[in-house]
Amino acid sequence: MTALAHVPTGSGQPAAPPASRRGRSRLLPYLLLLPGAAWLAIFFALPLLQLAAASLYDSDGSLATGYDMTWAFGNYPEALQAYWPQFVRSLVYSAIALALALLMGYPLAYAIAQKAGRWKNLLLVAVVAPMFTSFLVRTLAWKTILSDNGWVVELLRDVHLLGPDGRLLATPAAVVLGLTYNFLPFLVLPLYANLERLDPRLLEAASDLYASPLRAFQKVTLPLSMPGLIAGTLLFFIPATGDYINAQLLGTPNEYMIGNVIDSAFLVRLDYPQGAALSFLLMAAILAIVFVYLRKAGTEEVL
Amino acid sequence: MKLSRWLADRWVMGVALLVLGYLSLPIMVVAGLSFNRPANRLSYDFNEFTLDNWLQPCATSDMCDAVGRSMLIGLIATVVATVLGTLMAFALVRHGFKGRAGINGLIFLPMATPELVMGTSLLALFVAAGVPQGFWTIVIAHVMFCVSFVVVTVKARLAGMDRRLEEAAMDLYASEWQTFRRITLPLVLPGIVSAALLSFSLSFDDFIITNFNAGTTVTFPMYVWGAAQRGIPPQVNVIGTAMFAIALLLVGASSLQGRRARRAALAATVPARQTAKSGS
Repeated sequence: MTALAHVPTGSGQPAAPPASRRGRSRLLPYLLLLPGAAWLAIFFALPLLQLAAASLYDSDGSLATGYDMTWAFGNYPEALQAYWPQFVRSLVYSAIALALALLMGYPLAYAIAQKAGRWKNLLLVAVVAPMFTSFLVRTLAWKTILSDNGWVVELLRDVHLLGPDGRLLATPAAVVLGLTYNFLPFLVLPLYANLERLDPRLLEAASDLYASPLRAFQKVTLPLSMPGLIAGTLLFFIPATGDYINAQLLGTPNEYMIGNVIDSAFLVRLDYPQGAALSFLLMAAILAIVFVYLRKAGTEEVL
Repeated sequence: MKLSRWLADRWVMGVALLVLGYLSLPIMVVAGLSFNRPANRLSYDFNEFTLDNWLQPCATSDMCDAVGRSMLIGLIATVVATVLGTLMAFALVRHGFKGRAGINGLIFLPMATPELVMGTSLLALFVAAGVPQGFWTIVIAHVMFCVSFVVVTVKARLAGMDRRLEEAAMDLYASEWQTFRRITLPLVLPGIVSAALLSFSLSFDDFIITNFNAGTTVTFPMYVWGAAQRGIPPQVNVIGTAMFAIALLLVGASSLQGRRARRAALAATVPARQTAKSGS
């Protein structure tokens, strides 16, 4: 940059572009946006409308005979009634997984951001490294780790946390553990990005003013990390609630979540109106939780 | 006071390392199982060491076909999504236009929508429109969910760029095209490359959206899903380990190159600074 300062800056003020070019440059942004925006409009927005329509089709129709649009709003309460347990289970499992992920992810993000020194980049790579390999293959690896004759189960049996016939695989614990594992990096990364900007002098100031480390965390670190915490929680919670791979591979039908039901509605039972209604209920539930959470977290940040 | 802080430091680092252990355990298991000769088709336990899986990765040819198909889909989807997304990023950072909020919403929403909802809604659209599902519907779906990530990645790079470099080029009588070709593009390229790599890995690994829009076409994740019910061939772990190793090599190479580039830049600026100083 220093060298550039010595370069004579030509004619000083650039001449105004000719009129024809100005016309083109006004059109240019729209031309640049058009292909991408059209793709998203046709293959993201339009399908959502079609899904909304499908959720109101006559549920007596079938894929073979075709569906009639009867504005059957009754599909929603019917679907909810039939699959209430799976619906609640999805929210409960992902909430427990989120709590576990916060307990693990906050110290991890904090350590990398503030304590890692020159190992920072290496540790960051270690956080995202699991995502380098296939989601399904990684999830299947938990089948080996949690297997009935694996060392984890044996250890837990030895310390009597599990009964002699107790198992981990095909239990809610396995599904929650899998969810926690699979989406933890999504929580850690935004949190890290936020904590990295935390000025350590603020903590020194707090401790100079006789704040205990715990109090300094409560009053300084935690409030300042709120934006990262909110982003991370949402990035964790949204995919975890909609996930059905963990429930399918690590659980049994007793652990099935709403995703398993939607998958079978569309691909096995071919009950499109019900599948569509459940998809929308899932989205509505997530949006409602996100909205309430953002409002609540927002006020806490102000306080 | 000092002791408690020392302990607090070590305590946080200790927890962090434990969590990293939890995160990397499955990869180690996958790598280990790639050398396993399973006792039977449905067993997930380590049984006996063998190199067979690595020597004959395509013993189950369906699996290698699925891997090839996933790579092809990933390649096509990456090229299309990277072009569309990069154009959008340029428009968003460099130009003023009406309807910015709407466009931002259209880009942000796919990243916040559960995959399940995107998958089922596309299925509903394709069925309603009578489009047969298969290879190309998968490509369409993958481009759709990759575009937003490309826009975000390239936008970040573009926004952090020093506009004065382009102005300097224009002042030195470079045409608009020359400035773009010689200055803008090389500077944005790292952003575009990481966007493309991100797109490819998202596409290659996608299961949920693909599952609803694949018809009878089998990608690698679809293959693993189906095989989980019939019994997983150990070669799946070879693919998993190889993917991991390749990605790790790419990251290592890029960080090495970044370090070298930084050192070269430093070496170039130091004499310049010295001459500037002595000149003034």
